[in-house]
Amino acid sequence: MRQKAHELLSSGAVGAVLAWEKGELPYDTSPAVFRDAEALDKMVYNGFCGSNLSKYLIEQGKQDEKVLVFLKPCDTYSLNQLLSENRVAREKLHIIGIGCKGKLDVEKLRTQGIKGITGIEENETLKIQTLYGDHELPREDVLLEKCLSCKGKDHKVYDELIGEDLSADTEQGDKYAKVAELEGQTPAERFAFWRGELSKCIRCNACRNTCPSCTCLKCVFDNAHSGVAAKVNATEFEENMFHIIRAFHVAGRCSDCGECSRVCPQGIPIHLLNRKFIKDISGFYGEFQAGETAELNSPLLCYDLEDAEPNIISKREGDN
Amino acid sequence: MQVKDQNFKPLVVSFCCNWCSYAGADLAGSSRLEYPAEVKIIRIPCSCRVDPLFVLRAFQRGADGVIINGCHPGDCHYTSGNYFTRRRMTLLFSMLDYLGIERERTRLEWVSAAEGARFAKVMNEFVGKLHEMGANKRLGDIRCKE
Ligand code: SF4
Ligand code: SF4
Ligand code: SF4
Ligand code: FES
Repeated sequence: MRQKAHELLSSGAVGAVLAWEKGELPYDTSPAVFRDAEALDKMVYNGFCGSNLSKYLIEQGKQDEKVLVFLKPCDTYSLNQLLSENRVAREKLHIIGIGCKGKLDVEKLRTQGIKGITGIEENETLKIQTLYGDHELPREDVLLEKCLSCKGKDHKVYDELIGEDLSADTEQGDKYAKVAELEGQTPAERFAFWRGELSKCIRCNACRNTCPSCTCLKCVFDNAHSGVAAKVNATEFEENMFHIIRAFHVAGRCSDCGECSRVCPQGIPIHLLNRKFIKDISGFYGEFQAGETAELNSPLLCYDLEDAEPNIISKREGDN
Repeated sequence: MQVKDQNFKPLVVSFCCNWCSYAGADLAGSSRLEYPAEVKIIRIPCSCRVDPLFVLRAFQRGADGVIINGCHPGDCHYTSGNYFTRRRMTLLFSMLDYLGIERERTRLEWVSAAEGARFAKVMNEFVGKLHEMGANKRLGDIRCKE
C-alpha cells in the first residue's frame, strides 16, 4: 500500500493520499492526509483502522487535485452514497480497495482486562504484549460491532484492488437480532431500555460528525432557530428528540456502516435506531441497502400507490 | 394501576392540509358537528409539509396525541405529496413505537373537503382513545408543563 501511495504521490498522479496514520500507541490510528511522499512512513494499515475514510473526501474534494483513498469493502457503500448525492466528484478520486479481516475494538480488549498494550501481533489469534504480561485470544472475540454483521468482501466502487487476500472473512451475523429482540418486548420495557441508553448521551455530536450520510452544509442541530440546537440535552425529551431526528434524517441513506456507535464515547448502541429504519424500510418497501450502487434511489424519495397505511403501526398486537 | 382522572381532557394537535382536510374541518364546523374543543388545528399547505420534528415538538409542548390529515391518496393538490407523507409517517410512527412511546398517540388520516362528518368522527374516536390512555408522560418535556 505504502509503495503504491509513494508511486502515485511522487509521480504527481495524485496530490494527496487519504489513509491512516500511526499514533503514539499500537492501537492508535487516525485518518490522515499525506501530501509529502516522505511522510508516508507514518502510514499504517492494521486491525485498528476501523474508521471509514469516505466522509473526509467531502473536505478533500474541495481541492483542485486528485486524491488517492484506501477503502475497505464496507467503506465503499458510504462512498457510493456520497457519490449518489453528488457530495463527492468521482473523477477526483483514485480509489484503491483493500482487504479486511474484521477490525478490532480496543474497548472490548479493555473489558477483557487487557490494558497497557505495548505491542500486537495480528493473526487468527492475537498475541498481545502489555506492561503486565502477554495475552493470546481469538480475533473474533474482540471485533468491532459493525464487523459482526459484515456486508461481505466485495468493493462496490474502486479503481484498483490491492493485497493478496481481499476477503472480509468475518462471520455474517444476523444484523437484526437485537432489533427483533427489542420489538418482541413490551413498549414499557423498550421505553426503559432506551431511557437507560439515551440518558447517557452527552450531545458531543460525534455520531453526527462521523456519519458519512450526515453531510448537510447546515445541520438542523446547529441552527439556533430550530429550537433543537441545544448543546447539551436539557431534558429527557431532548435526548429522545435528538436521536429520533438524527436517525430519521439518515433513514434510507444510512448504509449501516456502524461508525456512529463506534465513535460514541458513551457506548450508546445508536446503530440500533438506524437498523430499525433499515429493517422497516426493507420490510415495507422491499429489500434495500444504501450505497449498493451510486444511483440516487432512496426509498423515501419515491413511493408506490399500494404502500401500507401508517395506521398499521397503531394496529400492532399487544399493549401500549 | 393507573387511576383515571375523570376530568382529563386530552390535548390533540391536528395538522390539516389546506386543500382537503382543513376544508373538511371547516365543513364539520359549519354543519355544527361536534368534536372536542381540545383538538387544535394547524393548517399546513400539504400533508407532506409535516416534518417529523413538528410531531415531536407538538408532544414536547404538551400534546397527548398528534394526528395528521391529508387528501386521500391520488387527490393531493400537489399530486404526490401525501404518498411521501405516508412513507415518512409509517417510519416515524414505527420508530416511536420502538422507543416505547404508546403507538396510539400518533395517527394519519385521509379526510376530503366533503367529509365534514368523517372529520368529526375521526377526531371523536382519536380523542376517545387518548382519554382511555391518559396523559402523555413518555414524550413530554417537563419544562413545558404548567
Ligand atoms: S456520539 Fe454518543 S454521546 Fe455523542 S451525541 Fe452521539 S449518542 Fe450522544
Ligand atoms: S447513521 Fe451510523 S451506521 Fe448509518 S451511515 Fe451514519 S454512521 Fe453509518
Ligand atoms: S443530523 Fe440531519 S441535518 Fe444534521 S447533518 Fe445529519 S442529516 Fe443533516
Ligand atoms: S395537498 Fe392535501 S395532502 Fe397534499
